[in-house]
Amino acid sequence: MRMAERNNAQTLVSMVEIQKSFGKVNVLKGVNFEVGKNEIVGLVGDNGAGKSTLIKILTGVHQPNEGEIYFKGEKITIHSVARSRELGIETVYQEQALSEQQTMWRNIFMGREITNRFGFLKVEEEKKETEDILRKQMGFTSKAITTDSIVKSLSGGEKQGIAIGRALYFNADLIILDEPTMGLSLAETRKVLDFVKNIKEKGKSAIFISHNIYYVYPVADRFVILDRGNVAGRFLKAEITQDELVEKMVRLAKTGKMS
Amino acid sequence: MERTARARELRLELSILGVFIGIFLIFLIGSPDTFTRFDIYYSFMSTIPFSGIMALAITLVIISGEMDLSFPSIMGFSGWVFAKLSNVLIDSGTNPNLTILLAALCCFATGIIAGYMNGTLVVKVRIPSLVATIGTMFFWRGLVNVCGQGFGESLVPVNETFLFKVFVGRLGGVVPAQAIWFLVLTAAFWLILKRHRFGGHVLLVGDNFESARMMGIRVNRIKMIVFMQMGFFASLAGILASLEVTYLWPSMGEGYLLRTLAAVFVGGTSVFGGVGTIFGTFIGAIIIGSLEGGIVAIGLTGFWTQLIYGLIIVVSLSIYSYFRRRE
Repeated sequence: MRMAERNNAQTLVSMVEIQKSFGKVNVLKGVNFEVGKNEIVGLVGDNGAGKSTLIKILTGVHQPNEGEIYFKGEKITIHSVARSRELGIETVYQEQALSEQQTMWRNIFMGREITNRFGFLKVEEEKKETEDILRKQMGFTSKAITTDSIVKSLSGGEKQGIAIGRALYFNADLIILDEPTMGLSLAETRKVLDFVKNIKEKGKSAIFISHNIYYVYPVADRFVILDRGNVAGRFLKAEITQDELVEKMVRLAKTGKMS
Repeated sequence: MERTARARELRLELSILGVFIGIFLIFLIGSPDTFTRFDIYYSFMSTIPFSGIMALAITLVIISGEMDLSFPSIMGFSGWVFAKLSNVLIDSGTNPNLTILLAALCCFATGIIAGYMNGTLVVKVRIPSLVATIGTMFFWRGLVNVCGQGFGESLVPVNETFLFKVFVGRLGGVVPAQAIWFLVLTAAFWLILKRHRFGGHVLLVGDNFESARMMGIRVNRIKMIVFMQMGFFASLAGILASLEVTYLWPSMGEGYLLRTLAAVFVGGTSVFGGVGTIFGTFIGAIIIGSLEGGIVAIGLTGFWTQLIYGLIIVVSLSIYSYFRRRE
């Protein structure tokens, strides 16, 4: 069954029997995790379940002790953050993704500027592309937000949107959203969820990490629940209602078992 | 209040321009005889560029989120290398034109190496730049003292050369070449900061180091280059300042530190990094550089200068802070 999944043309990334320990602490105890093409996977679990360690292995921050990673059917090792970006894996972090005092266009093209061969920026071109990303791709309509706006003036949800829009623009195949709604108001959270739906519409994949099922449920196609370094459950959205999922999570927290 | 970068910059640059115009109006009213004649502007043009050029370079350092207190000492030491080498080569019978060229190249190399040292201490050894450059400030000044033993060096032997005219000659017999350099470099720095990938990276590194690193900007390399260009322009200022008086004083550079930094901050660049304005530094350097002469010209004694420096700095910084809070 594992082999079949790994070679499936519909699978974008597949992590097989991943083990990771820090000193004597086993954080991941043989985790199998897949993301399909054009699939949004909700990665859910309590603090300390191993969510971020799993993701950091995928983005090249940590190396696994055991296990294999397949990307688009090929076995790969991800030894650095740069390598994972090369592959088309982009992470959208809560606070760290943007430079607050800079303009929108500088942020979109951060580290990937459009220049002539002497390194001078093609500012007009960058602004035009940014305008396209804002209006067409992300659906910003407000006249108050322009390519020349300073990022600091945006709301928390809008900032996440910019980071997602940037990842999509640069053709990331897999966008990792690490607690993208943490600390945001309800209205702002809704905006972020709309941006996540955008990823789906663009035919790309995403991993949505959260400890709050209410945010993940509406946008994810599938849920993987981590508990103390093991996968405690996998559910397709079609198989389970939000309430049932919440109930299972509560039971898991209380008894250590899902059913 | 409009929240675009352009609006923010315009506000900042208009306020500094306002301070500038205000000060010169006071000068004009206080001493119309002096300030309607060319002489005082000639003197400004010949003296302001030395610290002005270093102010441009330190602006990049500050925008990148770092500090450099050692540039006046680098100016002193690389200037000493320039003057000493000039004399050694002349004494050994080298052609003056070749002498000044070789001496200038060695001077630039000294400045760049000193900047490289600062960069290494900050990026590799990981000493905060404010502290690291206190160390190198003493080191380079100490080296001038040890090498020069307190003696100055005359530069008269090279004052007929072509490069001498390029550095500090008088364009059309009236405009000091260093003023032209200052203008040209201001334009170049503006272009680099606003329109070049390198300047963009300096802004991004100073604004949010972590995000810049995660987006693939080679943050350490950017910081190294920023310190190295500071060293280079300190050495250029050393050449200009010593050639202007055709003499190298072993104490050259002392007294430049706070005035150069004041020019940058009066110009509106933020001490926190990530934002800054070259235009502001240009005007700031002129304001700071013209105060002393202006104060004496309007009839106050030299005792007033520091008091008025202080006033101008506090008032202009208050204006910028007010705008920033409203953003």
